Amino acid sequence: MKAPAFHYERPSSRAEAFALLAQHGDEARVLAGGQSLMPILNMRLASPAVLVDINAIDNLAGISVAGDVLTVGAMTRHYQVAESAEIARHLPLIAEAMRHVAHAAIRNRGTFGGNLAMADPASEMPACCIALDAVMVIESAKGPRKLAAEQFFRGIFETALEPDELLVAVEFPIGQPGWRHGFMEFARRQGDYAIVGSAARFLVKQRRVADCRLVFFGVGDRPIRVQAAERTLCGPPPFAEAAATASAALAAELPEFADSLATAEMRHHLARVLFGRIITPFTADLD
Amino acid sequence: MSEARDSGAAIGRSVPRPRADRLLAGQGRFTDDISLPRMVHAAFLRSPHPHARIRSIDVAAAAQAPGVVRVVTGAEIAAQCKPYAGLHQLFSGMRVPDQVPMAVDVARWQGEPVAVVVAVSRAQAEDAVELIAVDWEPLASVVDPRAGAAPDAPVIHAALGTNVAYDGTVAHGDIDATLTAAAIIVEGDFTFGRHTGVCLETRSILADYRASDETLTVYESHQCPAQQQDIFARLLGLADNKVRVVCPDVGGAFGIKQQLYGDELAVCILSRLLRRPVKFVADRLESFTSDIHAREHRVKARLAVSADGRLLGLDVDDWFGIGAYSQYPRSSIGEGSHVLRITGAAYDLAAYRARMRMVLQNKNMVGHYRSVGHPIAIAVAETLIDDAARKLGIDPVEIRRRNYIAEAGYPHASHGGFVFEQLSLHACLDKIVALMDLPRLRREQDESRRKGVYLGIGLASFVELTGTGPDYYGKGEVRVSAQDGCMVKLEPSGKIRCFSSVTDQGQGVDTAIGQIVADMVGVPFDDVAVFSGDTEVSPYGGGAWASRGASMGGEAAVRAGRALRENILAVAGCVLQARPDELAIEQGAVVNAGDRRIRMTLAEVARIGYFRQDLLPAGMQPELSVVRHYVPHGRTFVATNGIQGSLVEVDPDTGFIRLLRHFVVHDGGTMINPMLVEEQIRGGVVQGLGAALYEEINYGTDGELTTGTMADYLVPMAFEMPDIDIGHVSVPLSGSELGAKGVGEAGTAGASAAVINAVNDALAPFDAHLTQLPMSPERVLRALRKIA
Ligand SMILES: Cc1cc2nc3c(=O)[nH]c(=O)nc-3n(C[C@H](O)[C@H](O)[C@H](O)COP(=O)(O)OP(=O)(O)OC[C@H]3O[C@@H](n4cnc5c(N)ncnc54)[C@H](O)[C@@H]3O)c2cc1C
Repeated sequence: MKAPAFHYERPSSRAEAFALLAQHGDEARVLAGGQSLMPILNMRLASPAVLVDINAIDNLAGISVAGDVLTVGAMTRHYQVAESAEIARHLPLIAEAMRHVAHAAIRNRGTFGGNLAMADPASEMPACCIALDAVMVIESAKGPRKLAAEQFFRGIFETALEPDELLVAVEFPIGQPGWRHGFMEFARRQGDYAIVGSAARFLVKQRRVADCRLVFFGVGDRPIRVQAAERTLCGPPPFAEAAATASAALAAELPEFADSLATAEMRHHLARVLFGRIITPFTADLD
Repeated sequence: MSEARDSGAAIGRSVPRPRADRLLAGQGRFTDDISLPRMVHAAFLRSPHPHARIRSIDVAAAAQAPGVVRVVTGAEIAAQCKPYAGLHQLFSGMRVPDQVPMAVDVARWQGEPVAVVVAVSRAQAEDAVELIAVDWEPLASVVDPRAGAAPDAPVIHAALGTNVAYDGTVAHGDIDATLTAAAIIVEGDFTFGRHTGVCLETRSILADYRASDETLTVYESHQCPAQQQDIFARLLGLADNKVRVVCPDVGGAFGIKQQLYGDELAVCILSRLLRRPVKFVADRLESFTSDIHAREHRVKARLAVSADGRLLGLDVDDWFGIGAYSQYPRSSIGEGSHVLRITGAAYDLAAYRARMRMVLQNKNMVGHYRSVGHPIAIAVAETLIDDAARKLGIDPVEIRRRNYIAEAGYPHASHGGFVFEQLSLHACLDKIVALMDLPRLRREQDESRRKGVYLGIGLASFVELTGTGPDYYGKGEVRVSAQDGCMVKLEPSGKIRCFSSVTDQGQGVDTAIGQIVADMVGVPFDDVAVFSGDTEVSPYGGGAWASRGASMGGEAAVRAGRALRENILAVAGCVLQARPDELAIEQGAVVNAGDRRIRMTLAEVARIGYFRQDLLPAGMQPELSVVRHYVPHGRTFVATNGIQGSLVEVDPDTGFIRLLRHFVVHDGGTMINPMLVEEQIRGGVVQGLGAALYEEINYGTDGELTTGTMADYLVPMAFEMPDIDIGHVSVPLSGSELGAKGVGEAGTAGASAAVINAVNDALAPFDAHLTQLPMSPERVLRALRKIA
């Protein structure tokens, strides 16, 4: 369990990092918090020729609010997100979900950007980003580009990032009143990746769901937004009936995804239970 | 015993472990902390196949790689040592294969070492391992024990002609007639997942062969240094007085570090070949593939019960998979043997039959892990008893009380062939009912059920075999010493140095030994320093196994401490012109036996004994170091007992189980250090709870390991663990000085059984029932018929 030999670079500016990534392309791997990458290297599941450590680059970390946008820098550590008053105020979904991400020691090093770039299908934050209509800010030597979270996650450990690109920040729209959230996951042990989880957001207007996002994780190769269920929930009242219809149709919208943790059938079952539990607090308030 | 009671300062007190301070300060010295000049590192190429012929091995590229000192194949290693076999002569008819350290010609489990690279760094050795090219011819493999016993199964070891390594039956009374006549029969088909004891410190060894005087020094993370010294000397053809095995700090062992591992023997051989110190530290992946596994059993059992809830007879059929070899030196049979002999041992059964088939497979070896075999035997019996209670509408407490070995029935000849001198089953039951406040818990259970919350309460009684005596390995011709030794020495300062053959892997047994010595000599606990784990200086003995440390090693410490006290008093008597029986030792000083007035300090005795012998009469030879040993004669095992209780909540929609509380009442005899006793029990319980809900090593249908990391093998973590309440019943062990019985494995023995019973109790309203461990959410949902 010793990492294969690699060349180590520690750029101190974005420009330098972009140049290194452009130069080494596929051969390079970005090192952020190292909480996923180091085990991968030690288990020799990957053997990049060059590690580009982005910990010394200024201005990649931090949480800021400007107008209707809250920005989380890629190098913001999990614990900083978990402890942030801005996050708690504007993005309570993230605040709640972050408690389920790994353990304190890992949250001390693990980064928001690294977590998203890793794109583990059972990870909480990718689902939250989709549920929150987040925008990924990506940059390379060629300049910046922005991508909706839904377009960012492409498969197991697969994103829309090109080898020469860095995820530099994530932007969340905030300040829209009326949205309420739900979050829940089933994991064998506290801090484990979830077997199944869900991040949801509901815009409640006049005792009706006017809009919603319902995203499951751990059920497929990437976070799965169940749009048919969303439409049903936003459909005509009574809400309880819409919820029952959505629940019955849910499995059809979820992929068949099995691994050593659970069979596809088990995942579908748990997703249905989860859906019910996320919806329940709302049923009382809705027509 | 009286002197311990008199001065009574240390025994019975919850003295904290002195070793803990050092470990917490980061000053532990584990095998990997030791570096020697010219030391090189070994990394193994392990078989990727469960079963495959090795057509050829090409090491040329690896040998050229940077930093590489030597690449050696299994055949070359085998030529350097004698073969060995994990045989146990007490089990007639047992057939097991010969072993050599690494695969030669055929690899028989995925992870078996095939070739080894020695390089200047471990990283370079690993790089070179990737360059070794093996031409493999995969062979059909045996995975399931029952399939392995079929006539058409591939035979793993041609020389044996069969995969069935043992097929034995223990019978008592007429079980067939009993089953026919019984009012009800409850049956179960139990499946137990494979485990391993995940040690914080992985297996580690540093071997240093010195050619000039043919001396082998081995630093090894191991429980049994004397056993290893004997093995290395015999298998390598070395003189054992030139083989030194040092077990420095050891970060957890749990039985996993109790045997000989082929890769570790290979490291000794490499050191001799290269004439350099060679280090090998297993990484976590290798630990899962090659550390001893345990508990792969499939048990069918039937319990015959009368209409009024009398247990009449038990019929047990166990299929036990042990992997490709039998562990050496103790053999792998221990688990199966315990299932054969102690299933239902707490109960008075008129008829009993157990059959156990031990089968070789293309998987990693199964051997001893904390509480060998007990969790299987206990889970089988206790689950069936609760089933019977449910069927007959009898309370689980009541059915146990009615069927325990009668209090007047001791000594009891058990149906498995042991003599239980004295158990405290009834007292433990009464105590746990109070400790749990069972009537209140039952009320809470009823109330919460009405709210749709499913609580479950489970009990599991257990009888545990500890403190193995010479009749087990001795008669079995297995070179494992049932003796332990203790050396104590008065230092010139008047303080005491103690060397014990009993070793410590974190359990704190050296603290208990120190307490005993302190009281026996008559000095404060802080004046005793205890050392262990080095065959160069330790008296001979078994190390750490069978929960023997404090109970058996403690007896040696009693004798050594007492002998030193007598010798000190002999010297003091000469100086003080008093008869030794007029004197005593208290708090590090010689006092008058009568008025307890201080006559001289031990420092003064030591000064005269070591530096002023001119003051002693001619012919007086001060003997201020003594060694004493202890063998538990006349017992195969020391039987202890206890009971565990579990309170769980099962979510019937998700299949998730929450452990709410856990309870243990245990009879460990006299407690030398109650805190250590309780923490041993708690630690053991946690491993049992891991067995109940989380831990399982899985192999695919062809024998390929699918549980290779800590992300796959779920060990219980603090968040999931409930509070564990502990009560004690203390019936001292008769015929011993201390009265202490085994404690270290009790927690593991009964924990998983208590949890199964609690889960099945919670699921009773759904007519759902589990007999497979671990109880994953998926298995619970399947039992509930919510998924297929
Ligand atoms: C025991 C354990 C439990 C865990 N449990 C959970 C859990 O429950 N939920 C969960 O979500 N996560 C969990 N994690 C993962 C943890 O959250 C990691 O921190 C995260 O996945 C990776 O973040 P990192 O900063 O450590 O990234 P690194 O390990 O440094 O990198 C991860 C990957 O992302 C790439 N990368 C990193 N940053 C960037 C960037 N800015 N731009 C482009 N590419 C980048 C790297 O090249 C690498 O491929 C767990 C980890 C462990 C060890």
